[in-house]
Amino acid sequence: MSRLDIQKTYKLYIGGKFPRTESGRYYAVTNTKGNLIANMCLASRKDFRNAVVIARKAQSSWANATALNKGQVLYRIAEMLEGRKEQFIAELISQGEAAKNAEIEVNCAIDRLVYYAGWSDKYQQIFSSVNPVASSHFNFSNVEPVGVVSIIASENQSLLGLVSIIAPAIVGGNAVIVLASETKPLTAISFAEVLHSSDVPGGVVNILTGKKEELMSHMASHMDVNAIIYCGKDENHIKNINELASNNIKRTIFYKKGDWTSSNSESPYFIEKTQELKTTWHPTEV
Amino acid sequence: MQKKDTSIFKAAWTYDEAPESTDHIQIKKKYELFIDGKFTKPIKGNYFDTINPATNKVIASVAEATTEDVDVAVKAARKAFGSWSKLSGKERGKYIFRIARLIQERAREFAVIESLDGGKPIRESRDIDIPLAANHFFYYAGWADKLEYAFPNRTPKPLGVAGQIIPWNFPLLMAAWKIAPALATGNTVVLKPAETTPLTALKLAEIIQESGLPKGVVNIVTGAGETGASIVNHPDINKIAFTGSTGVGKYIQKAIAGTQKKLTLELGGKGANIIFEDAAIDQAVEGIVNAIFFNQGHVCCAGSRLFVQESVADLVIQKLKDRMETLIVGNPLDKNTDIGAINSKKQLQTIENYIKIGVNEGGEIYQPKCNFPKEGNWCEPTLFINVSQSHRIVQEEIFGPVLAIQTFRTIDEVIEKANNTPYGLSAGVWTQNGSKIFHLTQKLEAGVIWANTFNKFDPASPFGGYKESGFGREGGLHGLKPYLKFE
Repeated sequence: MSRLDIQKTYKLYIGGKFPRTESGRYYAVTNTKGNLIANMCLASRKDFRNAVVIARKAQSSWANATALNKGQVLYRIAEMLEGRKEQFIAELISQGEAAKNAEIEVNCAIDRLVYYAGWSDKYQQIFSSVNPVASSHFNFSNVEPVGVVSIIASENQSLLGLVSIIAPAIVGGNAVIVLASETKPLTAISFAEVLHSSDVPGGVVNILTGKKEELMSHMASHMDVNAIIYCGKDENHIKNINELASNNIKRTIFYKKGDWTSSNSESPYFIEKTQELKTTWHPTEV
Repeated sequence: MQKKDTSIFKAAWTYDEAPESTDHIQIKKKYELFIDGKFTKPIKGNYFDTINPATNKVIASVAEATTEDVDVAVKAARKAFGSWSKLSGKERGKYIFRIARLIQERAREFAVIESLDGGKPIRESRDIDIPLAANHFFYYAGWADKLEYAFPNRTPKPLGVAGQIIPWNFPLLMAAWKIAPALATGNTVVLKPAETTPLTALKLAEIIQESGLPKGVVNIVTGAGETGASIVNHPDINKIAFTGSTGVGKYIQKAIAGTQKKLTLELGGKGANIIFEDAAIDQAVEGIVNAIFFNQGHVCCAGSRLFVQESVADLVIQKLKDRMETLIVGNPLDKNTDIGAINSKKQLQTIENYIKIGVNEGGEIYQPKCNFPKEGNWCEPTLFINVSQSHRIVQEEIFGPVLAIQTFRTIDEVIEKANNTPYGLSAGVWTQNGSKIFHLTQKLEAGVIWANTFNKFDPASPFGGYKESGFGREGGLHGLKPYLKFE
């Protein structure tokens, strides 16, 4: 007797919950043959703005979690992803990846999470300093998270590209609102389920699906977002983001790479991109 | 069975026993050497007993490694070094992460065994030793694929086989401090735990087996000083890492002179704990207690010399005595216990001897009344006042719950007194004045300085000594360097 599969409804991930878009809209995602894979939520400006409010609330307590704790949480994400490897490989294949590449991509995403889990209590020793000023002061500079970060994820390698950007941002104590790959959004929402079961506090990572053309300008212009990361090569997009970011002197970060499996796709400098540097002076004379 | 009369409080009360259960732990009657991934009988067939210092009962019998066994272990480590050092940092790191996770999973069992074998209060082994050991593995696991960022413009390479000798005061934690950075940097290990506390290292060997770590990468050989000497003198070891007494440290440095062996030493200390008149006095008193009575004072970085500014000396000493009245000495497995058993009879004799010396030299002793259990090795928390720089209990490391108190008037005076010691491991400064803290951290000759806190440890924080307290650092980025060479 044949059995009819239960199909998954893909929703948004905001504040540790999986709501539908408040707009009620959807867009169809098809495979390479043009067959429907899923109806995705077409997130609205209001969904994004809600996510910013929630991310802002979640950010400070996440930043205050110990580096050790953040590292363990990232490692836990890797453990959860490892356990659901087959599902992610299947999803990548349904979105048009070759089987071999899909497996490489998932393995690489797991290893990347472990990589950044390891950086959690280490990048500070790389980027901070004690500064030998010419007076009787103890002067030191340390890195701190920039705050709330908008991310427009890579269109290709929709899992690995996403993980490679989210991991360094959150390990550095930021909260993020991510717009998933528009054409390949399935793995992003499944990845939200992994995050959800990994002790990542709700609101630290928020994932939207929808259209770049619709949401990008809001992500770049929102006054309570501190930085924006754009993965892609479209020079018009980059120019628009830079212009709108100037409203509140947002930090802008652009990654034009197409292949996230390469060894130069991970480094502590990805963390540093969403860090501020704070210098403290203290007298030493009594 | 330890009920403490805390008469300092108007209505005296007693604490009911709160013993940690031991029925979930697994200890074998007999432990072999862990060599080349297997538990192996010692070649000469000798065993020694490991004893519970709170009862003086035998817990297990443990193999004694001779020069021949050490040689087999070094050969296994040498053989494993080839492929282990060539493994990618990412994959190496994954093994170390596994070890960290396995310790976390079995943390309770390790805590109980640590307290049984070494005598430390369960509260300390449960909340400090075991979690810190797991965190240490977790921390260094993350470095394995990041070494090029720790040393820009240099090419770090592992040294080879590391011979590691660790003390009995923090048995599992010291094993973690030694093994984790050595593995992360691609070295292989022959480790010798202390003869009075071998059990958690041998349990760690079980975890290492379960983790699938390639055989021979970590070898654990048990024994006393002679086993240690066999490691130090083995010709095919590239690196010696030793934590223990300054006396043995000097012997090791001399013994390997003329060889290519690299060396790090984490040795004794006589930490100065300095209380200024503008300190938060109650917190400072807690800090003094923690500094000297943590782990029965078996702490190389203990704050064993207290310097109190004259204007607050009477107040601080009175509060300290009052606080000492409430300390509970007794069964290490009781969750109320503040001070457990002295690690061995031998160490108890050493401490008692120093207390005699202190009295004979004219120090004024104070000890609260304690009801000790019938069996076991116990020592009252002890302080001495009216002592001076030349007293032996001020100059020499006692490694027990004995505090020597002196007073001072000026900052310059206390800096001079604090630095008047061959040791240089730790110091504490208590003041609400930040400038004073930073002034003292610049002037004190010590590798670790705690301000308004004491005895804090973290895998990310480098630890090690100045002067005769040794050289090299463990913890943090800096803890990688002793296990690397740069071509």
